Amino acid sequence: MATETTEPFKIPETSVGFVETQTATLFAPPHPLETQGGSRLGPIQVAYETYGTLSPARDNVIFICHALTGDAHAAGYHDNSKSKKPGWWEDFVGPGKGLDTEKYFVVCANVLGGCMGTTGPGSINPETGEHYSLDFPVVTINDIVRVHHELLRSLGIEKVLAVVGGSLGGMQALEWAASFPNEVGAAIAIASSANVSAQSIAFNTVGRRAILADPQFLEGRFYGDQGPRYGLALARMLAHITYLSEASIEMKFGRRLQDTDKLTYNLLKETEFQIESYLHYQGRRFVERFDANSYLYLTKAMDYFNIHESYGSLANAWKESTARFLIASYDSDWLFTTSQSKEIVTALNETERHVSFIEFKSPYGHDSFLLECDQLASAVKPFLAQTYASIQQNRE
Amino acid sequence: MNTTVTHNDHDAKPSPEWKLNERRYCMPNTELAVTDDIIISHIEPCSRVIDLGCGDGRLLAKLRDQSDCSVMGIELEEKGVLETINNGVPVIQANLDLGIPEIPSGSFDWAVMTQTLQQVRHPKFALQEMIRIARRMIVAVPNFGFWKVRLQVVWQGRAPVTETLPYSWYNTPNLHLMSISDFRYLTVGQLNCRIVKEIPIINGAAVERAWASNLRAESVVYILESPQS
Repeated sequence: MATETTEPFKIPETSVGFVETQTATLFAPPHPLETQGGSRLGPIQVAYETYGTLSPARDNVIFICHALTGDAHAAGYHDNSKSKKPGWWEDFVGPGKGLDTEKYFVVCANVLGGCMGTTGPGSINPETGEHYSLDFPVVTINDIVRVHHELLRSLGIEKVLAVVGGSLGGMQALEWAASFPNEVGAAIAIASSANVSAQSIAFNTVGRRAILADPQFLEGRFYGDQGPRYGLALARMLAHITYLSEASIEMKFGRRLQDTDKLTYNLLKETEFQIESYLHYQGRRFVERFDANSYLYLTKAMDYFNIHESYGSLANAWKESTARFLIASYDSDWLFTTSQSKEIVTALNETERHVSFIEFKSPYGHDSFLLECDQLASAVKPFLAQTYASIQQNRE
Repeated sequence: MNTTVTHNDHDAKPSPEWKLNERRYCMPNTELAVTDDIIISHIEPCSRVIDLGCGDGRLLAKLRDQSDCSVMGIELEEKGVLETINNGVPVIQANLDLGIPEIPSGSFDWAVMTQTLQQVRHPKFALQEMIRIARRMIVAVPNFGFWKVRLQVVWQGRAPVTETLPYSWYNTPNLHLMSISDFRYLTVGQLNCRIVKEIPIINGAAVERAWASNLRAESVVYILESPQS
């Protein structure tokens, strides 16, 4: 935990500054969301943040799709935040950064089924007055995207200059371009794929199993209790390994020991190696901020995501899309591989879409898109500038 | 042409471009412009054009702006990919030696390759990929039958270093040395292409129907047709 200092906190000039999460209420009766699974859900609260200024022509909107455990707080600082931690993509979103808030109006919103302000299993079901828990409908990436699309509509935004996301966020960006072919100027999918591999499903299922097997899971009705803390921490520890690369773990921890320079020959010592200590820390921290039910729902949404199946074929998914695509992967990412990104590129070429692809070099594995922000900006900035210029040119 | 100084220093320091790995080209810029002009003049407006080894995407941007072509670049180096994006040209980072399965067969009217063929590991395979994806092709390569190259080999008994080929043998991106005759043998003799036109670059200018081109040309632009067309 970050300790509070008496010194007043100074926000770096490169930041968007203090921001507040706002909430919109959508899909109120009698217009509930019809989920892909056939349920009706509403009203839906959506937590979102905005940075920068909407242009008079309303043509400079960039929507950020966050990854599995992200939230609406992509950039800047929360006024009331005790820990002075900036948004999760602080190095990428701000004045002069990859998503330049001097130029663009940037919006980020928490996903449906999440636990950071948008309606999810931890929200109160207005029909029962209790937490939804497992009564919450299974949601899909398409449901998530339709809710965000409705959010932008409610803000008076008809078209977006770009939809940007990494990992699960990239899947949403791809879904945006497929669902709303004429409303997306550019789709930027980083470290992502058109469907997750069997290997990813395997990791997700072990994570879910860890939660479900925790005695404190209580059929999902654990609100007010301690909840499946161990299960959720375990799920996070496992997942976290998949976000790193062998090289990055080696670099950061190696075989180094945590508190001693000798092996203890004690089986029950939990954190002998530094990597053990690190994973425990990650698990602990995650439990403090994340709802185990949301983890179940969102990993499921990820596993279900399959553009091939939803649209007949990959090429078919985007054949109507007027978007420019930027597909990026990382050479050390073994969770969402370069070949998965290239599959998207191939499909886009089959229908002669405007697509660019780059494989970045980075040792940080899947997490690279959160860490290597300058590198990412080197491609995204000119790509956005060109897209914006062409949109403005076409209007004239 | 005023660049008559020959770089006969066989321990020539690699040019800064090569050292920084900035450009895959090895021709002086004036010659690049000549090649670009030849290519642009041969491609009909509104064609679909792919450039293999597109560098900064300059040629494709010109084809898009001047000829209303629908364009795409393939480039290996990250720097080139980023520059191409900055030119608003769609570009796919790929290694030609591994093929370009991302590009569907027959999906382009023209496949262009300038000053890249001699640098790939498997030129025949690269040409086969071009044949697969496009009906017609334009290939620009240095001519190793050029008299200065021949003289250096014969008189000094050493690997040639010229303006067009300014690299020492041990530090060069040019892996394959071919002459006009060699190129004809591969494309026509082995790959069943038709050479529609052969445009020698002599003293930095395009000279169509030049005499003794295999001796006089420092580089050549070939216009080819794929066998299936």
